[in-house]
Amino acid sequence: MKKVLIYKRFERFWHWSQATLIIFLGITGFEVHGSLEIFGFEKAVLYHRIAAYLLIALIMFAIFWHITTGEWRQYIPSFKNLRAQIQYYTKGIFKNEPHPTKKTTLSKLNPLQALTYLMFKVVLIPLVVITGLLYMYHRTIDDNNVVVVSDIDLELIAVLHTLGAFLLIAFLIVHVYMTTTGTTPTSNIKAMLTGYEELEEEEKNDE
Amino acid sequence: MLKGILITLFATVVILIFAKSLYDEGEQNIKLEELKQKYSLRKTPSVDHSRLSELKKNFRTPQDVTEACNSCHTERHKEIMSSSHWNWERVSYVEGRGIRYSGKRNVINNYCIGASSNELACASCHIGFGMTNDEFDFKNARNVDCMVCHDNSEEYIKASALAGYPDRTVNLTKVAQSVGLPNKSNCGACHFYSGGGNNVKHGDLEEALFDCNRDVDVHMASNGMDMVCTDCHTADKHQMLGKLYSVSSENINRSSCEQCHTNTPHQDRIINLHNAKVTCQACHIPIYAKVNATKMEWYWSEAGDLKNSEPYFIEDSMGNHSYLSIKGRFVWKKNVKPDYIWFNGTADHYIIGDTIKTEPLILNPLYGSYEDKDSKLYPVKIHIGDQIYDTKYKMLIQPKLFSVEKGDSGFWGDFNWKLACEAGMRIVGLPFSGEYGFVKTEMYWPVNHMVSPKEQAVTCNECHTRNNGRLVNVTGFYLPSRDKNNFVDILGILAIVFSILGVIAHGGIRTYLAIKNKRININF
Repeated sequence: MKKVLIYKRFERFWHWSQATLIIFLGITGFEVHGSLEIFGFEKAVLYHRIAAYLLIALIMFAIFWHITTGEWRQYIPSFKNLRAQIQYYTKGIFKNEPHPTKKTTLSKLNPLQALTYLMFKVVLIPLVVITGLLYMYHRTIDDNNVVVVSDIDLELIAVLHTLGAFLLIAFLIVHVYMTTTGTTPTSNIKAMLTGYEELEEEEKNDE
Repeated sequence: MLKGILITLFATVVILIFAKSLYDEGEQNIKLEELKQKYSLRKTPSVDHSRLSELKKNFRTPQDVTEACNSCHTERHKEIMSSSHWNWERVSYVEGRGIRYSGKRNVINNYCIGASSNELACASCHIGFGMTNDEFDFKNARNVDCMVCHDNSEEYIKASALAGYPDRTVNLTKVAQSVGLPNKSNCGACHFYSGGGNNVKHGDLEEALFDCNRDVDVHMASNGMDMVCTDCHTADKHQMLGKLYSVSSENINRSSCEQCHTNTPHQDRIINLHNAKVTCQACHIPIYAKVNATKMEWYWSEAGDLKNSEPYFIEDSMGNHSYLSIKGRFVWKKNVKPDYIWFNGTADHYIIGDTIKTEPLILNPLYGSYEDKDSKLYPVKIHIGDQIYDTKYKMLIQPKLFSVEKGDSGFWGDFNWKLACEAGMRIVGLPFSGEYGFVKTEMYWPVNHMVSPKEQAVTCNECHTRNNGRLVNVTGFYLPSRDKNNFVDILGILAIVFSILGVIAHGGIRTYLAIKNKRININF
């Protein structure tokens, strides 16, 4: 075993600020939805908007980072070990069997993770961001009496946005739980905090 | 290197977004300050009428005063005689009816019903002299009453049932010499007392506005801007800006908040955008009838009850009549939260002779809907009650209410509905079958006055709330926080519940097996 830098500084910054923003957006968003009462509707809307713009800015930087560093390749789905990974989580994990895929700096996501995060990035986040922007800019008439977005029914936009929010919460619950399935229950979280994780040494004849 | 640039850039973006939101809050509302400055300037009259020789004489009749006015203002009476204040009707286009004349002369209201056959009393709010019946000469310039609107001496009053003539005690010379631009008391003398008493009809126009504080009305407050009616209801050639939807039908020549405040008066963009669908009044008049109560319900069906053959009255806790033998039973309310409706500025009216098609019969349906791009949310006073109608011909009856002496069919003297109906319908030229009943009626009064200070405006969460918000009855559109899609909400909650259960089950089994297989040692 040796300590390896698996999550780089920007990646950790991105992960934790995105997590904070999404949780904050969840709280303020469900207040706008009428499920909670914390800040009051007016402040909830204001905070939700500010946080939304921050999240969009963060996502832009993250996309830039993924492209320039080539890290986007981590999310290319591979169906090779997908079945094995699912079997691990549904059977093997209970028998303390080893992980079917090895975590390396070049391939830090197992096939199930890669697929999940890909869906997260290309379906769920775009869903809430696009419906969120439509929601924000949905109006009959703007300051200059120009019709902007009103052809799409606000109810449809709002309902899809809410659906996205519910799915994000469900994701968050499972995601937090899955961090305990590492080498030790806290090793994954530690890695995301410090960047380092103890990984098995790659055997030379592996390749 | 790259990481450093990225983090610096991101920090800059974060600071910019926060700075923008802080800057928006700190800005001064210059538009409002400019308006305050503009309306602080008092107009000074260019003529002192008390020095005009033409007015230094003893006027025997009010018509003589009018002639004196017209001797200098030679054409003004023509402007008056083409106004609705004089004609009590205007020509307008109404959907389903086409072009037609309507106004006080032929519509029915939900209070004292109508002026027809009761002119002698009702004309105390007509800007003319001598309207004793429906044969008033609308072409006679001598009968224009200049003083009722232009007296600045507070001396002039009209007699209560003298066909629009002034009270006999009025010193006409003094009044003639102190004319000027209309002030609150000129307009208020009629508009605050319509319906037979203070604040009866409107709810937002009443004598408290003569001298009120900012909490009652920010514009007219004595300790505030102290504006008068004509500051907003400006006039060009005696045609007043603004109209009342108890008698008006068209979306033209209206007075609005935007005429001064523009349609982007707030510094907050989101609030400004609300103006596309929400009127200023909807948020800025949280309650009306703030000082004195207004009539909310009026049941004519209960009128006519007598004690020892004499009419009587009952007062409610606020000292208002809750029952009058001559008029029926009333409900008064104070500090009323308005109802809200979609309204595009067009309306129809029940015109004498129309067939009753629905119950309750809406006397002035205000048109509008969420889908209509010209419609906005308006606060309204909804006045409900019942009125006498011909059960055979299915039309409202214009009864003769007022008469000078008993035995002349006037209901207020004789308390005989049948005679009053016969007399009233004969005068308006409509048949009366002899059979009558009472039909439920409603009337809508847009609330436009008694604007509160901004601190008291309706807050976001009074409408954007799940239950019992102000817009609970205004449906047909998606209102964030009030509305939700039950299917998606249940689906979403189930997704969360199953996630939690799944995690607990998976984690529980893992822990259990780990303990069982001694992978975890627990020392109790």
